[in-house]
Amino acid sequence: MTIFLVKRFFVFVITLFVASLVIFFLLEILPGDPASIILGIGAQDDTLAALRLEMGLNLPAPERYYSWIKGILYGNFGKSYTYDIPVYSLIIERLSLSIPLALLAISLSTFLAIPLGVFAAANHKRIADTSIMGFSQLGLAVPNFWFAILLILFFSVKLGWFSAGGFAGWETGFGAGLKSLTLPAISLALPQAAILARVTRSAVLENMDKDYIRTARAKGLSKKAALWRHAVRNALIPVVTILGLQLSFLLAGTIIIENVFYLPGLGRLLFQSISQRDLVVVKNIVMLLAATVVTINFLVDIIYVIIDPRLRDNS
Amino acid sequence: MNYSILKNLWKQSLNNRSFLLGIVLSLIMILTGLISIFWTPFPVEIFDISHKLEGPSAKHWLGTDHFGRDMTSMLMAGAWNSMLVSLFAISLGAGIGIPLGVFAAGKSGWVEELVMRFNDFAFAFPALLTAVMISAIYGPGIINSVIAIGIFNIPVFARISRGSALVIYKLEFILAARISGKNEFQIAFEHILPNILSVLIIQSTIQFALGILAEAGLSYLGLGTQPPQPSWGKMLSEAQTMMFIAPQMAILPGIAIVLTVLGLNLLGDGLRDILDPRLRDKN
Repeated sequence: MTIFLVKRFFVFVITLFVASLVIFFLLEILPGDPASIILGIGAQDDTLAALRLEMGLNLPAPERYYSWIKGILYGNFGKSYTYDIPVYSLIIERLSLSIPLALLAISLSTFLAIPLGVFAAANHKRIADTSIMGFSQLGLAVPNFWFAILLILFFSVKLGWFSAGGFAGWETGFGAGLKSLTLPAISLALPQAAILARVTRSAVLENMDKDYIRTARAKGLSKKAALWRHAVRNALIPVVTILGLQLSFLLAGTIIIENVFYLPGLGRLLFQSISQRDLVVVKNIVMLLAATVVTINFLVDIIYVIIDPRLRDNS
Repeated sequence: MNYSILKNLWKQSLNNRSFLLGIVLSLIMILTGLISIFWTPFPVEIFDISHKLEGPSAKHWLGTDHFGRDMTSMLMAGAWNSMLVSLFAISLGAGIGIPLGVFAAGKSGWVEELVMRFNDFAFAFPALLTAVMISAIYGPGIINSVIAIGIFNIPVFARISRGSALVIYKLEFILAARISGKNEFQIAFEHILPNILSVLIIQSTIQFALGILAEAGLSYLGLGTQPPQPSWGKMLSEAQTMMFIAPQMAILPGIAIVLTVLGLNLLGDGLRDILDPRLRDKN
């Protein structure tokens, strides 16, 4: 198992390294002169030169890459050109919205989807199964931002229960903050729940056919006990994989959903930075998001081994 | 493939509800898109402010938007744009992903490891993130969407074709083909590909649906299809600003997206049942 962990950790570090190289290449080398992109076509020569100096663009590329990575490791992400404050503090401020939003969405979808998936599998080919699968088929087809617009139309415009967008801020109280995140979290959770319910159902069904379930039933275990104690536990592996993958999609999803609800989160910051051509902010946020995805995939692999003792011996 | 197999497939297709509903919905959308190239009830680039925000009528079947453009025409042209983006993106993803996957399965060892690590890596960049990076440098546009969605599809196709090809490579007829002197390329092209084709077709249908969703998301953000070209995502983002005055504008493009994606997903499910009966009860 130790060898597996070391090997996996090595791959994790290499992937992060390659990701950072690609981002650096795409956002700093490929555009030619990032300073002229940031300042636009009409920029004065001396302004350009000053910005190049400030961004360290006169240094050779490897040195710039090295100082970027070193900065990240020390929590120094450079300075935002538009906001004129350190990117680090900008990101931290925005994360106080995006992290709770992502967590809320993933918890909602997990608590909704896993029981529904198991319930559908337990009632295989009956009306409950067909209707749950029907709804999940529909959930897969609904774009989350359209669902968000529908929620706003119904709950904000028609009923007036929630505001149509914006964030009350945590300083106005936990309840108010949570209320502003409710509709966004629901719209992020729906498509995820649809996928998760399907995967859970398939995984449980597959395990229900296995010999050990028959043995458990022969031993006198009720169908329900065999289902929860054996089939569901074994079905967790694919479910965890999908959960891990979903977290990455969720991070991307927040870019759209935060824009639908005008939430000042990381996704909206990234989007605004593109329109303001603030490449320093874009580079660091993209790196942060990519690193999060890579880290989640790494953790999912480790969790596998913990959930499934069989993998422990094989690895 | 002989006649009786085809007849059997045809019979199964007629009995498969997913497939039938899926193919009807998909064909309606594809036809609508195709017709829009030659004809739409009204031109989509021309504003007619005096007729803005009208309800459905004999002249404007689905009403008009805030610029007085005909909603039916906008939806039709939007169908074509989003299908075109998705189609090109899938071709890009499949064109690179499938050879990579088959190659990895055939070679094994470090080549396989390298391809699989590249896959893990590419998964770290959801289509939206790639599109964001491209737009940050080159500005938004329809080509961005194709590249971004396409790149995201590479690992999807590489993974599935490697998985399916690995099974075929172990079969005896591959060994026979090797002994008869065929090279790796011939084996991959003549023996592996035809045998994993059904899996790839099913996957393409699903990816096509996901591509439509991704295109809608990108154009909603303004990173994809650019005006005056209509797109469903763009229509939704415009509708959002008019939500208190004209909520109906936000409904129709969404329904168009849902029907298209639903149709393709059902078609994919149906095809899987028909082409790969082992999976029928599991999914």
